[in-house]
Amino acid sequence: MFLAATIALFVGMIIVLARLYAGPTLYGRILAGNSFGTYTVLFIGVLGFLNERPDFLDIALLYALINFAGTIAVLKYFRYRTVGDTSPQNKGVKNSPGKLKDRGVLG
Amino acid sequence: MSALEWIIEVLSWAAILSGCAFMLIGAIGTVRFPDFWTRLHAVSVSDSAGMILLILGMCLQAGLTLITVKLILIGIFLFITGPTATHAVANAAMVSGFLPEGLKRPSIKTKKATTKATKAKTVKKKAVKASKSKGAA
Repeated sequence: MFLAATIALFVGMIIVLARLYAGPTLYGRILAGNSFGTYTVLFIGVLGFLNERPDFLDIALLYALINFAGTIAVLKYFRYRTVGDTSPQNKGVKNSPGKLKDRGVLG
Repeated sequence: MSALEWIIEVLSWAAILSGCAFMLIGAIGTVRFPDFWTRLHAVSVSDSAGMILLILGMCLQAGLTLITVKLILIGIFLFITGPTATHAVANAAMVSGFLPEGLKRPSIKTKKATTKATKAKTVKKKAVKASKSKGAA
């Protein structure tokens, strides 16, 4: 039965990855990447149960943490065009929304 | 196999299989929905319902061990961060000006512009009415 769960999750991962590749907009891609991370966490857990050696759950927990932080970091990068320092003198892009095409939002 | 074990087995398989169904439904929705704003719904199906059911099924399979504690930790973490990340993506898209079709940007500028435009329209209408009444007289 865990085999069925593994196959279902794997198929779901491939489908979401196809959307990540084909997604026309930037935010669609970020959303698909985040969803792919969730699928991966569950896939690691189920794979451990399939092998009757569920010791990979620490890796799954770490992957969940990194996935969340990575999504927020990517969003922050596309909002402020920088990851670290967002103090006012570096905010240039934030206060000038500009056209969506210029900012690469519409792909 | 005692009755309790049998019940736990059946419950865990039901949870895992329905969780897999939810994950597949979410994946298909992610591909098939036409728009970013509609895809958000499909993603939240797999992020909340599918994840909770799969973790619950695995917990029931593992029994009372350290593995269950780790699974519950993963479940709580994903339960908090999944909707937060989805909301962050949606909010970033909204703030960047990438709006759903047919929705205007809710800002002070557009409000002022619309009120000015409506005022201008009413003034024009009054003028037209006045001219009409004059013409009638």
